[in-house]
Amino acid sequence: MASSLLEGNEAIALGAFHSGCRFFAGYPITPATTIFNAMLRLLPPAGGVCLQGEDEIASIGYCLGASMAGLKVMTATSGPGISLYSEHISFAIGSEIPIVVVDVQRLGPSTGSATRGADGDIQFLRWGNSGGLPVIVLAPVDVKDCYHLTMEAFNLAQELRCPVFIASNKEIGMTRESIDMDSLVMPTIREREAPPPGEPFLPFEIPPGREVPYFLPIGDKVLVRQTSSTHGPDGYITTDPNQMAESRGRLMRKLHGAVDRFSFYEAHMENDADTLLLTYGVTARAAKDVFEERKSGRKPISLLVLKTLWPVPANLIKEKTKDVKRIVVLEMNLGQYVGEVRRVLCDKRVDFFGQMDGRLINPQQIKEVINHAQSIE
Amino acid sequence: MPSLLNESRPPVFCPGCSHERITHALDSCFKNMGLQGNQVVIVSDIGCSGLFDTYFHTHAFHGLHGRALNYATGLKLAQPELKVVVTMGDGGLGIGGAHLLSACRRNLDLTLLILNNFNFGMTGGQFSATTPPAALVASGFLNQLESPMDVCQVARSAGASYVTRCSSYRKDLPEVLEAALRFEGFSLVDMWGLCPGRYTKKNKLTPKIIEEALGNMPPLEGPVKENLRQEYGHHYRELASREKPALPPLKVEAKFRPPHPGRQDVVILGRAGQKVITAGEILCLAGLLAGLWVTQKNEYDITVLRGPSISELILSPEKIGYTGIDRASVVVAIGQEGVDRRSALFDHLDEDSLVIQAQGVEVPPSKARVQEVDFKGQGVSIQDWALACLSIMATLDEVISLEMLQSALKLIVKEQVLTSALELIARIQVGDGLKYR
Repeated sequence: MASSLLEGNEAIALGAFHSGCRFFAGYPITPATTIFNAMLRLLPPAGGVCLQGEDEIASIGYCLGASMAGLKVMTATSGPGISLYSEHISFAIGSEIPIVVVDVQRLGPSTGSATRGADGDIQFLRWGNSGGLPVIVLAPVDVKDCYHLTMEAFNLAQELRCPVFIASNKEIGMTRESIDMDSLVMPTIREREAPPPGEPFLPFEIPPGREVPYFLPIGDKVLVRQTSSTHGPDGYITTDPNQMAESRGRLMRKLHGAVDRFSFYEAHMENDADTLLLTYGVTARAAKDVFEERKSGRKPISLLVLKTLWPVPANLIKEKTKDVKRIVVLEMNLGQYVGEVRRVLCDKRVDFFGQMDGRLINPQQIKEVINHAQSIE
Repeated sequence: MPSLLNESRPPVFCPGCSHERITHALDSCFKNMGLQGNQVVIVSDIGCSGLFDTYFHTHAFHGLHGRALNYATGLKLAQPELKVVVTMGDGGLGIGGAHLLSACRRNLDLTLLILNNFNFGMTGGQFSATTPPAALVASGFLNQLESPMDVCQVARSAGASYVTRCSSYRKDLPEVLEAALRFEGFSLVDMWGLCPGRYTKKNKLTPKIIEEALGNMPPLEGPVKENLRQEYGHHYRELASREKPALPPLKVEAKFRPPHPGRQDVVILGRAGQKVITAGEILCLAGLLAGLWVTQKNEYDITVLRGPSISELILSPEKIGYTGIDRASVVVAIGQEGVDRRSALFDHLDEDSLVIQAQGVEVPPSKARVQEVDFKGQGVSIQDWALACLSIMATLDEVISLEMLQSALKLIVKEQVLTSALELIARIQVGDGLKYR
């Protein structure tokens, strides 16, 4: 076996590059800066563009322009930068601009702790846009996921014309790990769909049987309009309530209706388990250790690691928890995704353990939580 | 060439608005240049200048307030052949100030048309970055407290290579715009005009007054000599073409057996500047050379060259889950800051654990074996202590062998320093035997 030593951030950059990303713009911020560094090594020699924006607003703004000109684009930051991205995230949602946004999370709120990990942006990523329409958020566990999920993120962004977030964490992004690059199974790279030739093109027209408009780049022979304002199929402002309702509904439907196709996860199910650990991100690694330790013991547990967080993969969560009595949700925050799990599993007992002190949740803590949960019963 | 005006959407401005003149001047300019709609993108900002993209049969991009230069930059770098025209009001200048400065400094081939009518027309006539303090506006007394900005002087100091300040009522406005569009680089045209819907309701301003005011200012028209330089896009592509393609990740074949078959957890406790993270990487590569799974989790403060630097390293024949280390097999104590940060680690050490302790660094009592090393006495400089400790581990047959370490060094250390690194690991003396507590 030939292995490489990569950190999560480098793996994200490589995944992006191999997906055909040829435009990156970012603003330096710990712990996301090494994505910028890697893109700067990868893109210019390959004819691509890597820019250092004057701030985060500009960085994602550059990406939106380049994306509408037809390039696959990515930007990367941490919580304080996501705050500044907000207006452009809303733009990308409403105006269906494909972009991959990496959030290498650090302990918040605000500038918080630059070199400490957390998963504190999980609801922020979902709701940090005006209008409250859905986004896609994928959460890697390790270096391999960083590579693989970034490729999936590019595919989803092109196919569904929307922003796709990678919710990483300092503890994944800046942790180096062995990875056998040759053993990776990669998704087929997908592109935006151009309209069938010869037919008149309206930039936001939805042909029958589709939920996503066809794409032509600004600069094409055919004129293309883009606007952040509420628009009709022709890309001009609309005041028609029916058009407004239809397009808002579609922006929700196109993601919610498709999430079963991109519900990435890892499930380790034990027949005799009455407890299931449900977690995501770097915490899944400690949870997996506990699962392995318990596997051969008297009281095995099951484990569900979600890698698609938004839209909530409700069907997957219901299916994987149907045979257990209790679910223990583990998060590197003080309780965010557990609310979604409780909403989906309103008839089940859902316990929670969270921590926000810059340290990883360790296996010993998880065992104590499980034992405590069992002793309450 | 035919007009590029959008016949189905004729301009809708307040009667007497100078934006309408600019719309027609821009159309004449496009016609005179022989441009077709699909060769142009109009990137419009927010406010009345944000209506421009709808009045033309060109590509169009309309976004958020003050950000038009962001989108324009992305579009131009992705489609260098496109003629990119940005329309922005004096409001956009204020909210997008950082972007304006950046565009001036960068000199990408864009044209910024500033429709400067001294107030926020669309939202009710509030003051902007160019409103005179004596003007009556919808922001009460607030504009009396601020100095208006001369955007042309700002742009010039920021490095703009083409700046024109003019009245929207200039007869040769199409030619003024054409010269700006033809300029290869960032061009800015600051056009002073009237906002009859808001501003001129309470403030006396006429084309004549504008003309006189401009006459009293130092004229600015066209290329700014001291700022002339290469266009950004061309320059970018020229420099990028000289960059060497990025190397793919290094692949390491397993060719050694580790001294111990089981999992090893190593923590290096040092301080910034001791190359702790590099030593950790070398240890991980040594692990790969023995076919092991490895992880390296680092901890340091945001300060540079101060404070603790800690690396937690796991080398294991099994896939690694949790990347933290609560029970270490080897602790390398070479910096007091690192030891103090992780003093609790020593409570969990057992008789099998090893502490490599640099002389002069205090460590808490523990059950572990302690190997003290006098680096200073051996003439090892402090930034090499972490690497020297790897050599001690190899000598003691802990975690790695000497050949693993040597091969790992050869993988990443540059040729110039490899010899001295190999010499260093060869000359380190472990010193007196292990101490037990």
